[in-house]
Amino acid sequence: MNTASMLHPLLALLLAPLLPGVINRTKAFFAGRRGPPLLQTYFDLWKLFRKGAVYSRTTTWIFRAGPIVNFACLLAALMVLPLGRVAAPLSFAGDLVLLAYLLGLGRFFTVAAALDTGSSFEGMGASREVQFAVFAEPALLVGLAALARHAQALSLTPIYAGLSSASWSVSFPMLALLGMGLFILFLSENCRIPVDDPNTHLELTMIHEVMVLDHGSVDFGFVQWGSSLKLWILGALWTGLMPPGATGRPLLDLAAGVAWMLVLAVATGIAESIMARVRLLRVPQLLVGAGVLCALGLLLTFR
Amino acid sequence: MPMEGIYLFALLCGAMVLLAGTGIGALLVGRWSARWAVALGGGGAVAACLAGLAAAIAALALRFQKTAVLPWNIPHGSFALGVDPLSAFFLVPMFLLSGLAAVYGIGYFRPWRGRNPGRFWLSYNLLVASMALVLTARNGMLFLVAWEAMSLASFFLVVFDDEAAATREAGWIYLVATHIGTAFLLALFILLGCANGSQDFAAFAAPGGATGLMFLLALVGFGTKAGLFPLHVWLPEAHPAAPSPVSAVMSGVMIKTGIYGIVRTLEILGSVPGWCAWLVLGIGTVSGVLGVLFALAQHDLKRLLAYSSVENIGIIAMGLGLGMLGLHYGSPGIAALGFAGGLLHVLNHAMFKGLLFLGAGAVVHATGTRGIEALGGLLKRMPWTGAAFLAGSVAICGLPPFNGFAGEFLIYAGSFKAILGAGALALGGVTVLVALALIGGLATACFTRAFGIVFLGESRSPVAKAAHEVDATMRGPMLILAVLCLVIGLAAGTVVRFMEPAVGMLSGSSVAEGGGGSVQWIFPMALSSVLLLLIMAAGALVFFRRSCLAGRPMRETVTWDCGYAAPAASMQYTATGFAQPLTNAAARILRSRVEFHPPKGIFPSTASFHAETPDIARESLFDPMFRKTAAWLGRLYWLQQGRVHFYILYIVVALMVLLGWALRP
Amino acid sequence: MNNAIDSILIFLVLTDLILLGSSRLKNAIRFVALQGLALGLLPMLAHSQGVVWHAVLLGAGSALLKGFVFPSLMNRALRETNANREIEPFVGYISSLLIGVGVLALSFWSGARLSLPWEAASLLLVPAGLFTVWTGLFLIVARRKAITQVLGYIAMENGIFTLGMVLVEAMPLLVELGVLLDIFVAVFVMGIIVFHINREFDHIDSDQLAALKEGPP
Repeated sequence: MNTASMLHPLLALLLAPLLPGVINRTKAFFAGRRGPPLLQTYFDLWKLFRKGAVYSRTTTWIFRAGPIVNFACLLAALMVLPLGRVAAPLSFAGDLVLLAYLLGLGRFFTVAAALDTGSSFEGMGASREVQFAVFAEPALLVGLAALARHAQALSLTPIYAGLSSASWSVSFPMLALLGMGLFILFLSENCRIPVDDPNTHLELTMIHEVMVLDHGSVDFGFVQWGSSLKLWILGALWTGLMPPGATGRPLLDLAAGVAWMLVLAVATGIAESIMARVRLLRVPQLLVGAGVLCALGLLLTFR
Repeated sequence: MPMEGIYLFALLCGAMVLLAGTGIGALLVGRWSARWAVALGGGGAVAACLAGLAAAIAALALRFQKTAVLPWNIPHGSFALGVDPLSAFFLVPMFLLSGLAAVYGIGYFRPWRGRNPGRFWLSYNLLVASMALVLTARNGMLFLVAWEAMSLASFFLVVFDDEAAATREAGWIYLVATHIGTAFLLALFILLGCANGSQDFAAFAAPGGATGLMFLLALVGFGTKAGLFPLHVWLPEAHPAAPSPVSAVMSGVMIKTGIYGIVRTLEILGSVPGWCAWLVLGIGTVSGVLGVLFALAQHDLKRLLAYSSVENIGIIAMGLGLGMLGLHYGSPGIAALGFAGGLLHVLNHAMFKGLLFLGAGAVVHATGTRGIEALGGLLKRMPWTGAAFLAGSVAICGLPPFNGFAGEFLIYAGSFKAILGAGALALGGVTVLVALALIGGLATACFTRAFGIVFLGESRSPVAKAAHEVDATMRGPMLILAVLCLVIGLAAGTVVRFMEPAVGMLSGSSVAEGGGGSVQWIFPMALSSVLLLLIMAAGALVFFRRSCLAGRPMRETVTWDCGYAAPAASMQYTATGFAQPLTNAAARILRSRVEFHPPKGIFPSTASFHAETPDIARESLFDPMFRKTAAWLGRLYWLQQGRVHFYILYIVVALMVLLGWALRP
Repeated sequence: MNNAIDSILIFLVLTDLILLGSSRLKNAIRFVALQGLALGLLPMLAHSQGVVWHAVLLGAGSALLKGFVFPSLMNRALRETNANREIEPFVGYISSLLIGVGVLALSFWSGARLSLPWEAASLLLVPAGLFTVWTGLFLIVARRKAITQVLGYIAMENGIFTLGMVLVEAMPLLVELGVLLDIFVAVFVMGIIVFHINREFDHIDSDQLAALKEGPP
């Protein structure tokens, strides 16, 4: 462990709200608009943390706990998350399972908080969220298993530490497949365009945004910050695949990781600009497709 | 025998005798005073469980391994009782949950004061005593007697509310299922006895050639009790019918005697053919996935929990199957992880499923209904029950920091280790990995639904509106179990160290010695510190939120429904609707019967949707099978004349034939 | 070199999976065409002596035929029959995909067990070829429309072509051309059938052929 790996969680916490800004600016550029400021999420958070609250009489403490538990889960997940060649602060065999299950715990409480409002809209969002998780979770774990087998390691840090430009030339097909699979998972788990539209709250795309319809003030601040963090965490699983190997200088590695994260945000913006949202009924198919890509990647490691 | 051995056996036997004695006593006293019957029966059960728990924990800590033989005049039988790490490991959750359920039962049966409560306590205490005997018996004959006593005691508990026709039917299904299982066990012990010339487990050490057949018999016989698919048919009938503390004990620990039987057979047989490992793995996978799918489609809370038991037994079987695969392909590390994961999940499932059934019992107690669709908003009226049920729900989904995660983490670790290897073992690893992930996702759907629809939102019926929190004797056990779920989750490393000798008995003695194969490395400090960090971060965020909101205006209003002014409880998502995307995706497996009256006209007045999901194994396997058998055996009706003379004639004829056969030249 | 072959083969497998999960006929035709084009590169890459004229010719010919001629024929058939753009499956798309993954694993397994007289250019060659053959057969069996069956037939031929690459060193050009000719005739015949069915029954649902069956239904 070194300074860079101690720095990464802090950096993630601070820089994550930048990602939605970059995505939105990219989309605005493609649409020929000026778009919101790059730092819009920070402004939103600043505003939300200073607001009074309005709660529904139907809700209980679960409603207030939902965003907090979700945010705490993401913070804990940062502890085992490497960014490219930068080691995670903590690393142990099986931490990839812990990462997946921490995201699961966050999802459980987000869904419970949505059901706590008693609103049919939020119930609908919750129902869809758990449905898609059923398809996404096996895909994610199979993808991680492929990487684990490739690196012959059981922990995220050594798995990603071993990847470099050389591994791309040696096992290009497998990494390309995993890259595609993890990108689809990144988009769907973060409720980005082919699955969900983060800019609307209504019937068209009622998954994540509709689940948090009733949240306001600090709670909604946690929700917003949390969804940026989730972008960062699932993004790190993807950017870690990208070429430059370890340079030997941890801070340089960290800079490379952050740079790739910004590239991913731009790529997401481009994907959202050129793609249409798929029909809701076809989303499971998309996720099974991601799972198939990951499974194919896993199969290739058995050669 | 050393001194501590005598104390240990005395404590265990004392617990069993106390259970039987107070049970019979409660029945006799109950004729005059219900209060004294409850005190005697319940108090006896609690005291005996405390004594038994102390003995079991001591035996596990001391790695105690002894057998005591008492005189018993039964052909082929000997009263051989033994305690080893494996028995002790199963005894711990058994006594713990039975004791807590007994405390809960004292409160639960207060409204039934009119009837003799001794009837309940007799069966309950005998059930606990016979489970203890099953787990410690070291003789085939004794084991079968204890097994049968356990089945009968639990049968009488299932049909406790015998006025309801549904309960009686559930009782019959259970009775038939359990005896079909026993028939296979009888065949198993006859085979083992013939091969070894004795019914003592100690003599079973080196069995004859047909280990595969023996294991198959054990798998069917014990699997029926455990609830492996497709032998699980009695679970979704019997669990809802039984009183809730009984459901908790049956689902939490009684079905685990089936798992105990399977691992004990494994230990006795030593090594089994490779296909047995694949069979266990396959059945576990199917049970796990189908169990949770069917749980998702239920709208009877206790039926849902019963199907979820099938799922968890499936997870346990997946762990055991992975362990057996590891043994078969000579990979002790994977074997240790698989067995440890399976066994830890036995303990965990006892905790959280016991908790959930007790919670469901509290809901039934408070509202009088098990139907999820009629409930809602109970968290406000029953805060303690709700919080405990939430803890159980998170734990059963295998989410950190609760204990469900610890067990599944071990199995995951085993499967990842297998995937890193080569060939067939890796295939087993991938199967387990995909199945566990799928089950995890489905379980989250199932239990956010169960908890969310029952405890959150607005009440959907007057009974739910009038609900009240249950009293302390019922709250206490639930809270203790919830705390235990959290503690085991955080201190999983310590728990695994305690159970290591039991794992060693299954995965071979070399495991504990060969460092890398040991399971201790798997719960490092780093894992616990992440979990602690999670809890601390949540605490800090609560504080941060409070300080942000301090001094700012806070208002209460109705839920925002996009401008709708008067939201009603009936506008909420229903349990059926919540699960529908998933149940539709699995429609071919679930085969739900749907009754749908769509809204008609411009101003539709009524519309309804109702889906009923009958059991697939019962509908398409057992019902046709039993119907065919009945039709076929119907030809023998002429034998049943209804007169005693004929029956005696049959006996005489049978005796003469047997005599002739015995004296044949 | 090996990576390029592997990438083409992975592309082949992926397009197979897309064919299994695709609901649009036009899409399916496009992907089969892309398969044909990609496979056109294979003979050149698989030949150990580098670019050899007959390999180039073979690849170019097959790419031309499968990448342009067949698709345009099929698109024309689609246009002229006014067929519904949806593929009508007997087996659902997600189930097809999952079955596909299972068959893929099976192909890998059997590909590893098959003992071949020559060493293949890539370890993926045989599994990918087998999988493509199976996919083609699956499409023929599990899809309702006649035109999807033609597609399945071509996909199967792509698989056979891929398997043929194992023999690229020793392969007589004539045999491969013969295979192509077979397919061409098959497509021709199927096309006639398509039009014929269209004229007789006004749609191209081969399921309806059952109506011609004699005897009790």
